[in-house]
Amino acid sequence: MAKKFVAMKVNGKAVEEAVEPRTLLIHFLREKLNLTGAHIGCETSHCGACTVDIDGASVKSCTHLAVQCEGSQVLTVEGLANAGVLHAVQEGFYKEHGLQCGFCTPGMLMRAYRFLQENPNPTEAEIRAGMAGNLCRCTGYQNIVKAVQYAAAKLQQDQKVAA
Amino acid sequence: MIPPSFDYHAPKTVGEALGLLGSLGSDAKLLAGGHSLLPMMKLRFAQPAHLIDLNRIPELRGICEDGNDVVIGAMTSENELIASPVLRAKVPLLAEAPKLIADPQVRNRGTIGGDIAHGDPGNDHPALSLALDATLHIEGRGGRRSVKADDFYLGLYTTALAEDEILTAIRVPAFAHGTGWAYEKLKRKTGDWATAGAAVVLRLNGGLVSHVRIALTNVAPTALRAHDAEKALLGQAITPATLQAAADAAMAICDPAADLRGNEDYKTAMAGQMLKRAIQAAAARCA
Repeated sequence: MAKKFVAMKVNGKAVEEAVEPRTLLIHFLREKLNLTGAHIGCETSHCGACTVDIDGASVKSCTHLAVQCEGSQVLTVEGLANAGVLHAVQEGFYKEHGLQCGFCTPGMLMRAYRFLQENPNPTEAEIRAGMAGNLCRCTGYQNIVKAVQYAAAKLQQDQKVAA
Repeated sequence: MIPPSFDYHAPKTVGEALGLLGSLGSDAKLLAGGHSLLPMMKLRFAQPAHLIDLNRIPELRGICEDGNDVVIGAMTSENELIASPVLRAKVPLLAEAPKLIADPQVRNRGTIGGDIAHGDPGNDHPALSLALDATLHIEGRGGRRSVKADDFYLGLYTTALAEDEILTAIRVPAFAHGTGWAYEKLKRKTGDWATAGAAVVLRLNGGLVSHVRIALTNVAPTALRAHDAEKALLGQAITPATLQAAADAAMAICDPAADLRGNEDYKTAMAGQMLKRAIQAAAARCA
């Protein structure tokens, strides 16, 4: 099967590669671009460990073809921090102990990042519904919810300071 | 898990996609959201030589009003249905029910058309389309045709859609004033398919049911229209007795497959239970 050229922006950087059409985005990120933050968990779009942001929407990159990203803007966990300063969601997971083993964390962070743009001031129930596509098998969800609440408060405060 | 090799095509128009379908024949599969097809390919349940990606065809997306109907492009995502002010105002069942489908990420990719055309009895839109009396717009190289949802679902993974046709849009009549509606879905966890589900659209006139459509999810090889359950309610007040009569009639047509969600008896009983809840919730919404 003929390879196809695909051009996209990943974490703001233009990339162009020839890929087999069957290459999943998660493999493209991890193996071609050496961005190993997004994890391969269930491979069946249940667990959310592979969640990245594509054109402003959370997507499970295990169930998306790299060729489908032609012209897209992709953001992975490697692109979250800004010049060495943690993003509010990263700071929240750190401060509130939102991780133990860390396997689900890159997907949790990327989903929380997008969720807080969709809903900047969520209730606890809304956080649980908004994060429902990401599974954690060791920390438990209590501290993950607290981490998202921390990030929501921080982002709102940052916005007030900026205004 | 990596899917088997295939060639990838990304047409920009329905005409271009139909041309590809015609020339590639049965070796080609249409790719919508991909959250059923790609997992099936990983597991080698499907091994198409060609994928025709419908995601770059703008005419297949969007929600618009057309007279008394709402027309939804087949490639409209579940999250777009949930966010649609038109659906919330005109067909609120179709803005609410997708919240029970999969999870936020999957709802960004999964489409109403893919969910319907896949022919999986576990999917939720088939029963919704039956309850809503939807009309499915189909294009083939020979032209366009329309099929009522009532005539679309033929069997397990089998629909009225021919191999060289594309489902382009779903047309749904706007709810008449006072219409009540509900979708009750029993599931074990986020993202699960229904153990059993029931969709109800009804109207009351002087406390008596004047219009009702009922459909069931995942309790037979296809979604089921529950005609006898509708008959049990029509012209009646909603009482414990008529609720039970409707549930009994619905359970009589259930033919579920046993799996980890339960055995046949349990799933059938849950279909009756979901229907009772859905009728009560729909009646409570009637103006």
